[in-house]
Amino acid sequence: MDFKTSVELLKFHWMAYTIYALLIISVIAWFGYNLSRKERAKSIVRIPFYGYIAFLVAGGVGHHIFTYNTIPWVAEDIMRHEIKPDREYHISIDKHRWKLPEEKMVVNVGEKVMFNVTSSDLTYGFGLFRKDGSMVTQMQVLPTRNNDLLWTFHECGSFDLTSTEYAGPHQYDEHTGEDLMLVKDAVEVVGCNEKVASK
Amino acid sequence: MSFVKTLVNGTDFDHNRLNALQKVTLRAVVMSFLFYGLVAIEGMIMRMVQTGPSAPIPKMFFEPDHYFSIMTVHPIVGIFGSTYQLVFAAFMFLVPYLTKKPLYSIKLANAVWLLITIGTAMAWIAGFIWQYAPLYTLYWPLPADTEQFKIVGGFVFVIGVALIMIGTMGFIYNIYATIFARVGVHKNKTTKELLISGFGIDGLLNLIHKLTGKPPYSKEPALSLPVVAIFRGTVDTFLDAIVILSAGILVLVYLIAESTGFTWDVHAVDALLYKNWFWWGLDLVADGLVLIYVAGSWYLLATIITGQKLFMENVARAALLLELFVSWMVWSHHLLADQPQPEMMKLVSGEMVTAFELLTQGLALFITLVTLWKARPLKMSPELAYLLGGLVGFGLAVPAGIIQADMGMNRVLHNTQWISFAHFHIALIVGLYMTLYSALYVLWPLVTNNTTLFSKKLTWAHFWLYLIGGIGMGALGGMAGLDGMLRRHLYVNGEFNALMVGAAIFGSMVLIAWFIFLFNIVMSVGLKGLVGIFMPAKDSTASYGIEPEPEPAPVKA
Repeated sequence: MDFKTSVELLKFHWMAYTIYALLIISVIAWFGYNLSRKERAKSIVRIPFYGYIAFLVAGGVGHHIFTYNTIPWVAEDIMRHEIKPDREYHISIDKHRWKLPEEKMVVNVGEKVMFNVTSSDLTYGFGLFRKDGSMVTQMQVLPTRNNDLLWTFHECGSFDLTSTEYAGPHQYDEHTGEDLMLVKDAVEVVGCNEKVASK
Repeated sequence: MSFVKTLVNGTDFDHNRLNALQKVTLRAVVMSFLFYGLVAIEGMIMRMVQTGPSAPIPKMFFEPDHYFSIMTVHPIVGIFGSTYQLVFAAFMFLVPYLTKKPLYSIKLANAVWLLITIGTAMAWIAGFIWQYAPLYTLYWPLPADTEQFKIVGGFVFVIGVALIMIGTMGFIYNIYATIFARVGVHKNKTTKELLISGFGIDGLLNLIHKLTGKPPYSKEPALSLPVVAIFRGTVDTFLDAIVILSAGILVLVYLIAESTGFTWDVHAVDALLYKNWFWWGLDLVADGLVLIYVAGSWYLLATIITGQKLFMENVARAALLLELFVSWMVWSHHLLADQPQPEMMKLVSGEMVTAFELLTQGLALFITLVTLWKARPLKMSPELAYLLGGLVGFGLAVPAGIIQADMGMNRVLHNTQWISFAHFHIALIVGLYMTLYSALYVLWPLVTNNTTLFSKKLTWAHFWLYLIGGIGMGALGGMAGLDGMLRRHLYVNGEFNALMVGAAIFGSMVLIAWFIFLFNIVMSVGLKGLVGIFMPAKDSTASYGIEPEPEPAPVKA
């Protein structure tokens, strides 16, 4: 199993968590029903105490081992200072305004891109979104710090940019509430067809 | 009795028969539920804005200044004005009740609810009048940003929060002074014995002795398990208050400098260091205080409802000790999206230690369920139903949080509505509040001298509306988070309209449930009784349920 994009990951996550949620609600509902019955309920399954503890530990730790091995950006993020990016972009923010590279950010699919984002005043966020509003990736942008995000795009398309962290109401138009930090089509990823053709 | 007569007089509630401890408890409970109503209305306003421009609410709520000032005060009113008050009220009643000792000071207990009420009102006013809106996170240097916020708003907000924290300190002092008082059953106990018991060390030693074949370290621990949980959780409450107060002082210093014409460089304070300090403290509320207080409340409720001893009591005591270390070391899961944060801290504190919360909370859930199971058949009373609701709430919310406390998941879930709804709204609305409602129905006869509840049907209506509304709102909001909806963002075009309309419908069920609950309580105690709660108590007794000690027999000459 390998999740190339957040869409694939979050679909899986949605399914897994929904099953879990229905299960835990059902277990406690079954429990509540049988607590008040005079006839003794037959145990469906006997879970030994230490087995339960082992399950919790395995669940807590195993979750991280699973994501490390199936989500490509985890290892990339930890090792980012030792990876040479294919492209690097320097972006800054001041008073709720982006200063983006003069040329449009156009990236080939599969390239490793380093986004270096700085803020001169407040804490912001750097988030890329698909046209349907779903999130591609993000990071926090702390003032006076270098905030670097290494990202490999595994999908083509035009992605919008906005701040994912609240930095005061000046991010929005005071009357209409429109997001003034929203940059449509800030990043374009191309080359999917060529890649398919070369395969 | 006619409706109006019941509304005025209640069922059979007599506030004149309440002692000082009962009255001070009920005062805080009343304020807590009033603030709860306010926070539910604020939540509904935000839900309505998120449904889009056709929402039937005034346009001013779509303006960013207004919207974010509501978002700023919403958690202050909810966490401090409502939850803190309710928890503090319950514990200032329970500690004397369980230890069979009087509360250290009724005056201090009165000061606590007054300070928290005034402080919460001030913070709310700062948002309402001056639209001071740095959110509860107070990410540096936003709270000192005088280009976006008026200085006076900042002053009022910070002083309000400081009053809440001073009230919190009063609660802490009252609790520890009561626990350490060498009277009654603790007349012959030493401070060391009480400390060992308070930290759950006796439970751990008992386990070790059992494993090594030695006789138990302590057959009768000095403090009962719920008191241990209160003792232990209050350590985190104290540390959290220190951190929030320190952040408030920092903001105040900069605002004072600005108002006197000096402009200090806000970047003299490192935003990352501040964020670590602030989250270390703030997370003690969520991952220390709430989980520990809740575990203690489950144990207490399970033993009271079943009338039996708690299953695996020594393990439960030792788990509270483990939670001491876990809750102090998990804050980095809030900084997984902060790239300058050292990777090792993200890995150890943010992921691995945080995962232990699955163990500590899972253990509490297991012990509570087995204690109930061993006592079956039980009558499905409201207190049992609410307790099970509380277990469901944390059963859903804790794994939802653990899922996000992961470097892979956090990259695409950080600051989305996933954490807001699927995690902490379900944890608070369903997990914590259903536990507190259970405690309320257990304590109701004790605190009100067996006052008859106006309607049991309304109690059940409240239960189902609240449970379904809370889980439904959390589920749909969480799904919006998975779709990319940010939690601290203003959406004015109904971008996530379908899910937000659903969340608003479920949210309105929670609001209606609150109205039903309030109506039931007011009809039980009556308007006269409600006012009477705030009148001075004729009986100054600061304890409940203590048999008077027999007079020593006169010594014959």
